[in-house]
Parts: sequence; structure tokens; C-alpha cells
Amino acid sequence: MADVAVKELASSDRSVTKRATGRTVFYITVIVMCVILVLPVIAFFINAFAFRWFYPQLIPNEWSLQAWQRLGLLPPAGQWSLENLFAQWASVPEVVRALGLSLWIGFIVTGISIVTGMPAARALGMYSFRGKRLVEFIIITPTIVPPIAFSLGLNINFIRWDLALQEAGINLGLSGSVLGVSIVHLVPVMPYVVLTLSGVFANYNADFESQARTLGAGPARTFWHVTFPAILPGLFVACLFAFLVSWSQYLLTFLIGQGRVITLPIMLFSTAGSGNNALIAALSLIFIAPAVLILLVSSRYLSGESGAVGGFGRV
Amino acid sequence: MSWERLRIPLMLGPTVLIILVLFFGSLGFGFLQSLGFQPQIGNTDLNFDAYISVMFSEEHSRRFWAGLALTFWVAIASTFISAALAIAIALLLRRTFFGKRLAVFLFQLNLPIPHLVIAIGMLLVFSQSGLLSRVAGELGIISSPRDFPVLVRDSSGIGIILAYVWKEIAFFGIIVMAILQSLGEDYEAVAQSLGANRWQRFRYVTLPLIMPGLMSASIIVFAFTFGTYEVPRILGIRFPEMLPVMALDFFLNPDLNARAEGMALSIIIAVIVLILVLIYMYISARTIRKG
Repeated sequence: MADVAVKELASSDRSVTKRATGRTVFYITVIVMCVILVLPVIAFFINAFAFRWFYPQLIPNEWSLQAWQRLGLLPPAGQWSLENLFAQWASVPEVVRALGLSLWIGFIVTGISIVTGMPAARALGMYSFRGKRLVEFIIITPTIVPPIAFSLGLNINFIRWDLALQEAGINLGLSGSVLGVSIVHLVPVMPYVVLTLSGVFANYNADFESQARTLGAGPARTFWHVTFPAILPGLFVACLFAFLVSWSQYLLTFLIGQGRVITLPIMLFSTAGSGNNALIAALSLIFIAPAVLILLVSSRYLSGESGAVGGFGRV
Repeated sequence: MSWERLRIPLMLGPTVLIILVLFFGSLGFGFLQSLGFQPQIGNTDLNFDAYISVMFSEEHSRRFWAGLALTFWVAIASTFISAALAIAIALLLRRTFFGKRLAVFLFQLNLPIPHLVIAIGMLLVFSQSGLLSRVAGELGIISSPRDFPVLVRDSSGIGIILAYVWKEIAFFGIIVMAILQSLGEDYEAVAQSLGANRWQRFRYVTLPLIMPGLMSASIIVFAFTFGTYEVPRILGIRFPEMLPVMALDFFLNPDLNARAEGMALSIIIAVIVLILVLIYMYISARTIRKG
């Protein structure tokens, strides 16, 4: 009897240790995997602050803010004061200008795409009509066909349209301007805005609107007090994605901006060839900060099945 | 004609117009130019010279076919590797454990980071004096940067594939995790009670359930990796080079004839992607009808 009990104890003990090793293996796997996945970000942080980082040091012996000073974001070493910092920023360093321009274009693109995309999304999400599949096809195609296929032709088209408009006396200047770049960003952005919002409208009950109308509210008040609150979460996600997709565009900005519209990705790309890793890493960190912020804010709303998630594939 | 009948066209109009003019208009004009239509230098007759030159001329053919092979290889390898790894990680992260939220956040961290930045990150991690080379150096596995294998700016596109894998794991991951969450574990529990082992449960229960979502994500990833410019531009070399890089190279050439060839290359990229998407849609429509 005692024998059996001891054996049972021993075997249950073994299964406990087995489970414990299983858990250790699981945790080690998860930790290793996470470290590997964030390696690029780790590399950015080390490179951006490393100084005289000789091979094969893994962790630099010396740290510095040199890259940030070269970007003009911090006053030079030895001249630390709040005044100097303000003076630095007041002179608007190139990177701050690029950051501002990226933000500005992102806001314009988000605004236009939401205003034009919302009615379309409503039509697609709530009504069935003849030619609906054709419209869906037209809107979805830009998400599949690589940007390079249309951007080359667009580049020439903008120049032609500019010339034609000039002859008509209108000096719009699409090519090489912020306006032109913003308009072009609409192509990759619009499909995701429409897809996201049409998903929202598909689950939307328009009866509340007619009730509000019956009670005497005009179209504007109905939208503001009924429609807007109902679609707000989806609208929020659509805005974030519109901004993010615009934020990350390189090729379209490069081709249409003609080197005159210097957004952050353009600046980062031209720095990438410089070989100054600290500078490259610092710029990369500036570039990804808003993007990571957007992930933090939006992860609550991301179900993975909403049309918005496809937008990440375009970033 | 009543107001009601105009309502839907008016709602759709602006969006459809923007995409028709900017996207389809430019695609069409690019196609015209690839056929040699360049009124500013007096060329108005259309021909396939640019296509023939790019694909078959002695000057360009070697570069084109090597580039096409590399493009297919990179797109297929990136799509498969990242899909497989994403499934494995999503299954691993499905159970509850301490720190799960942090792990899921780190898993998704690369999702909003632009491809351009990930490509630059690959340079800092995988180059011969990069982070990994330093790890190997500190561990005494290699003694100088030159002992570290060439993983970026290499001739077989490894660096480009690495960048796409890093990026698309997160993309596939969020989709697979969402599907797994909405499915729950009931189906697998039933399979287990019927005696299916772990592999059988994955192969015959989980995988078929996540397959539709996985396939449409694969199409997006494949098309993207096939046609993106920045990543191969940063992580690739001159020969062989991926088609998008080659297309832009031709296009930016001051010689106006090269421009038609650049357009031809970009149209070839678009046509290949579209054919593959149509094949996929045809196959999936058929399997759905059968199912």
C-alpha cells in the first residue's frame, strides 16, 4: 500500500515538474520571439544614442545626443539652456519642417477622404443598387494594384494638366506642390476609408434618423446628434488609418513632389544613403513615434475583421 | 427624374471620380505611354516596341528576366514565411498567461511602422557590422565583421525577404488572431474528444477555418511585396534587381525612350498582379460553390 502511494506521489511530482518545465519553455519562447520581432526598434534606440560604437561592442561604451544635435533638435553640447533650446526650435530645423509638412498633408488627406468617402460608404453599406459590384471593384482595385503602376502615368498627367491649366490662365501647380501630393495620397487612402466606413454603415440603423426628422430636426442637426455619435468609433479608426497611410507614403510623394515636397519619409530616404547610422536611427524614431501612438490608441477598436486592418498592409 | 434617383450617384460620385481620374486615368495614360505615345516628341503611333525591348532585346533581357525571377522569389518566399510564422505565433499567444497583453503588443508593434523604416532597421540589424554581427562577435563566434554572412544587399534578395517577413508577420498575425478569437476553441475541443491529436486538430480543424481569411491577406501581401519600391531599393543590389526598382530606374532616365520602357515595366507588374488575383478569385469562387 505504502509503495503504491509513494509511486503515485512520485508520478504526480513528475507531472508537476513537467508542467513547470513546459511553462518555462513557453515563456522563453515567447520572450525570444518578442525580442526578435522588435530587433529593428532596439537597433534604432541603440544607434540613435551611441557614440564611438566600435565593433564588436554590443552595448556602446559611450552614449551621446550627437545625432539629435545634428538634426537641430537639441542645442550643441556645452550650451545647454532652455533659451538655446527655444532658439534652436524657433529657427525651424529641417526635420521639424518635414515633420510639420507630413502632419499637415496627413490632416488634409484625412479630411478630404472622410468628407468624400463617408457618403460613398453610406451608399455601399446601406443600399443595394444596380452597378454596386462595379463601384466596389473600382474602389477596391487601388488596394491591390501596386502604386508604381499608376504613379508613373500620374506624374506625367499632373505635368500635362498643369500646362493645360496654365494656358487657361490658372496657375494651380499640381506637380511639385503640397496640394498635388495631398491629392495623390487620396488614391491609397480612399479605399480604406470607404471600406471601413461602409462596414460601419452596414450595421447602422437609419430609423433613428427618420425619428429625429419626424421630431423636427433638420439634416444638419440629425447628422450631428444622431448619425455622428453612432458612427464615431468607426469614424475614428478610419481617420487614424487615413492618416497613417498618408504618413507612410514615400514613392508617391517622391514622384509627384519632384523633390520640392520634403516630408519625413523623403528626408529619411535621402539620409539612408549617408551612412550616418546615428542620424538615420534618430530620424527613424521620430518617424515611427506617431505610428506607434496610433497603434496604442486604436488597438482597442481593431477587431481584425474591419476593413481598416487591410490598411496596415499598405503602411 | 426625381431627386431620389440621383441620390446614390451623388453619394458615390466624388469618391468614384477621384479614383477613376487619378488611378484608372493614370494607369491608362501610363499604358498609352508604354505603347510609345509621346505627343511632346511627336510620337503618336502605338506599338509594342518598349515591351519587346525590355523583355527580349540583348541590352535589357538578361536584366529583365533575372529581375522577374527575383521578384517572384521574393514575393512568394515573403508571403509564405510570414504567413507560417504568424500562424505559429498566433497559436502560441492564444492561451492565457502572465504578460500576454505586452506580448501581443510587441507582436503587433511592427504593424504601423512603415516599410521604409523596417527596411532601414534591417540594415542596422543584419548588416555585417550590425546588431546581430556584434552579438556573434561578443560571443566569439566570429572575429571580424567580414566573417558575418552577407544578409542585406545580397544577390538572392534575403535582406528584402527579411524586411517583408518582419513587417507582414504582424499583418498576418492580427488577422489570424482575430479569426481564432471569433472561432473560440469549441471545434478543436470536439475534435480532441473524437481522438484527434494536436497535429490533426491543426491540420483538419484550425487551418481550414482560418484559410479564407489567410488567403485574402496573402493576396494583399503578395501584391504588395511584388510591387513595392522602397524596400528593394534600400536592401537590394543592381543585379539582379526587383522589377519596381528597375521600372523607376528606366523612368527617371533622362532619355525619353527609356521612359516608355519604364512604363512598360510598371504595366507588366500590374498585369502580373491582376492575373494572379483573378486566378485566386476564380479558384476561391469555385471552392466556395463546391463547399
